[in-house]
Amino acid sequence: MLTNNLKNILESIIFASESPLSLDKIYALLVPEGFDKKEISRALRELKEEYRLRQGGFLLAEVAGGFQFRTRPEYATWIKKMRSARSSPITQAALETLAIIAYRQPVIKMEIDKIRGVDSGGVIRSLMERRLIRILGRKDVPGRPIMYGTTKHFLEMFNLKDLSELPTVKELKDLEGHEGSPK
Amino acid sequence: MTMQYEVRLPVFEGPLDLLLYLIRKNELDIYNIPVSEITEQYLKYIELMKSLNLDLAGEYLVLAATLLHIKSRMLLPHYEDEEDEEEDPREELVQQLLTYQAFREAARALDSRPRLEREVFTRGFKESETKENQGELGDWVEIGLFELLDAFQRVLHRLKPGEIMEIEGETITLAQKIAELGETLKKFGSLTFEELFSGPRSRREMIYMFLAILEMMRRKMVSAYQLTTFSSIRLFYEGEGIDVNE
Repeated sequence: MLTNNLKNILESIIFASESPLSLDKIYALLVPEGFDKKEISRALRELKEEYRLRQGGFLLAEVAGGFQFRTRPEYATWIKKMRSARSSPITQAALETLAIIAYRQPVIKMEIDKIRGVDSGGVIRSLMERRLIRILGRKDVPGRPIMYGTTKHFLEMFNLKDLSELPTVKELKDLEGHEGSPK
Repeated sequence: MTMQYEVRLPVFEGPLDLLLYLIRKNELDIYNIPVSEITEQYLKYIELMKSLNLDLAGEYLVLAATLLHIKSRMLLPHYEDEEDEEEDPREELVQQLLTYQAFREAARALDSRPRLEREVFTRGFKESETKENQGELGDWVEIGLFELLDAFQRVLHRLKPGEIMEIEGETITLAQKIAELGETLKKFGSLTFEELFSGPRSRREMIYMFLAILEMMRRKMVSAYQLTTFSSIRLFYEGEGIDVNE
């Protein structure tokens, strides 16, 4: 009965939350109420599984370190039919730059330019504007160049739980063997 | 009926992209690139792009110079005894191409993930965001400066001389106009271009209104969309916007 209750509590707070609800926040709410962390994690897992098995129009997804209800990709066309199409596409140049930053972070602009063979200043600026990347700090080398990394919003955008969930790319793995340690 | 011929060139993301394209097109081995052949083709493409007045980034020319340099080094005789193992002049370029190719793969992998607002959606779009509510059919496409300029010109055109009053000594600032427009759009969610310009009474005010729209688009406070089936332009309120001053 208690487990059932906990699951309902979790379902309700995730449902009502506007952004992915992190495990930390869930713990902060429920541990003082006498729920055990292990119990909570298990309930979340079960809830996730229930939605998966239900094969409905939406899922309980784990994104950007939190839990959020998201529609299933199969039903995108219906939502787009309903809604005025307004999400602006990400250009090829932006995707390339984003991939470099995602896989190589923290990374400086010079490194990005070198890999792409073109100046990426404009693309970096627009990625910043779209809140997909952020400044991580400055590199401790002459000129102290800015280091970039991806944001939480990036994880939300690409449906990723965390950075370790980035797709494995065979070509990138091959590089690591060849290149040795990056400068 | 007049026939229009359009030259369609693959759009390249940069010199490395072009080089990879040429290698693939000619089914060449990336580890063993025939440099003089590829250089010739590369230069031909550059000429073509130049003749089409395409904006040619300086990096294209840098790579052209690199290719020519490698080509000349390949022509030099090898002296086996000088150093035990002479470095292949192509080595660095090959490594660069492989790295770029790998990240392009990574970009493709990222792109194929279900993306928010493209394949997956979260709860909470407002009723005002539904197509039905806008009462029109067709797809909304985002538009830019040129379409807006056209529309602004049409608005100015449509005015009869009597409709424009010049009020002496009126003072409007851009910041004021932006704040005003922001409030209005926030209230309504979205407004058509014509609705927006039904308010201003002087040419000066209209110009300020237009500049305000452009500035707000730059700050991502509003976005402009047009229906593919109608020409009506609609501005959508996006939020407080961001500070773009660096």
